[in-house]
Amino acid sequence: MATIQFDLVSPERKLASLDASEIQIPGSDGDFTAMAEHAPIITTLRPGLLSVKVGNDVMEYIVTGGFVEISATNASVLAEQALPRNEVDTAVIEGLIENATAVLKDVAAEGKDDADKRLADTKALLDLI
Amino acid sequence: MPNLKDLKTRIDSVKSTRKITKAMQMVAAAKLRRAQEAAEAGRPYADRMNAVMANLAGAASGVENAPKLLAGSGDDQVHLLVVATSERGLCGGFNSSIAKLARAKATELTKAGKTVKIITIGKKGREQLKRDLGDKMVDHVDLSEVKKMGYSHASKIANDIVIRFNSGEFDVATIFYNKFQSVMNQIPTELQLIPAKFEENEGQEMPFYEYEPGEAEILADLLPRALSTQVFTALLENGASEQGARMSAMDNATRNAGDMIDKLTIVYNRSRQAAITNELIEIISGAEAL
Repeated sequence: MATIQFDLVSPERKLASLDASEIQIPGSDGDFTAMAEHAPIITTLRPGLLSVKVGNDVMEYIVTGGFVEISATNASVLAEQALPRNEVDTAVIEGLIENATAVLKDVAAEGKDDADKRLADTKALLDLI
Repeated sequence: MPNLKDLKTRIDSVKSTRKITKAMQMVAAAKLRRAQEAAEAGRPYADRMNAVMANLAGAASGVENAPKLLAGSGDDQVHLLVVATSERGLCGGFNSSIAKLARAKATELTKAGKTVKIITIGKKGREQLKRDLGDKMVDHVDLSEVKKMGYSHASKIANDIVIRFNSGEFDVATIFYNKFQSVMNQIPTELQLIPAKFEENEGQEMPFYEYEPGEAEILADLLPRALSTQVFTALLENGASEQGARMSAMDNATRNAGDMIDKLTIVYNRSRQAAITNELIEIISGAEAL
């Protein structure tokens, strides 16, 4: 089966570079799955669970936002913050929620909806793990 | 004739100086390796970001209501200079070269009738610029408590810059830092942050992307992040440059101390020999007189 080159990078380091068969991505307009020969697309991410299927293994990461660039052969996820799922516990997520809440407090009127959504998405992470 | 005891003290003191500079050099070498790794690790993200932004910005630049961060405020009267230096000294010309570049730019802008505002990152640059540009400083970022430079620090600085821009405090922002070339060579660099500029990657054809949500939304979402990334890259480069500069400065200091010890030792040995010869002559001539 054709595979797609998957890269997960955060500003501080490269987290993963794999030959994946499929990738489930939490896009800001909805989740979608990318496989080889996907149409080129650039979309932003919402806080959520990113899962990558390599052969029979599934790797999962918690991402907090950023964007993803997909072409027929490559999928690059540029996450603002990304953590392997097994390193994430409730305390980590609560920290993220705290950050999102603080942002919501500071934000100007026009950014309020976005910040609200972000907080809600971050809170939803608690149900995922 | 220098006193023997004084010479001995002097030699001992230079020896302990050499020990300290040697230790500092080795610490800087270890830190340099870590800083370089950090800069290396951040590169894929920065490169991708830059490529995507160049693509998006190219499409959006002609558009009438392009985001202000990209198009600018339509004026270039007030300039904000972000001067990134180190928190510690003893690193050769590292801080002076940045300060010099920033000072030259500030003078040039003032001459052209523009208003200059300065934000300093790191204590040393602030100290150097305080005397002649102190009245232009609007803020200072203290990183002395920061052990390891993280993206969060950079994005905090970038957010602050964006907030200032949105409230109309300035029109153009430029960051000054040292680009790491090699241990011996760091290049003082200025990079324009606002209006944002992205280098087009020649020869690398981008496929025609579909954007979700629309191009404008993505661009608006990504611009602040791209700014944070640029600041982060600059800070990482600066970190590596600082350690590189310190390493070579301390290497020179160690070598100079070594040379000085050699010279002082020769003087010391000669003086001691002269003293012994003197004593012998006195004894012999005393014996002959009898």
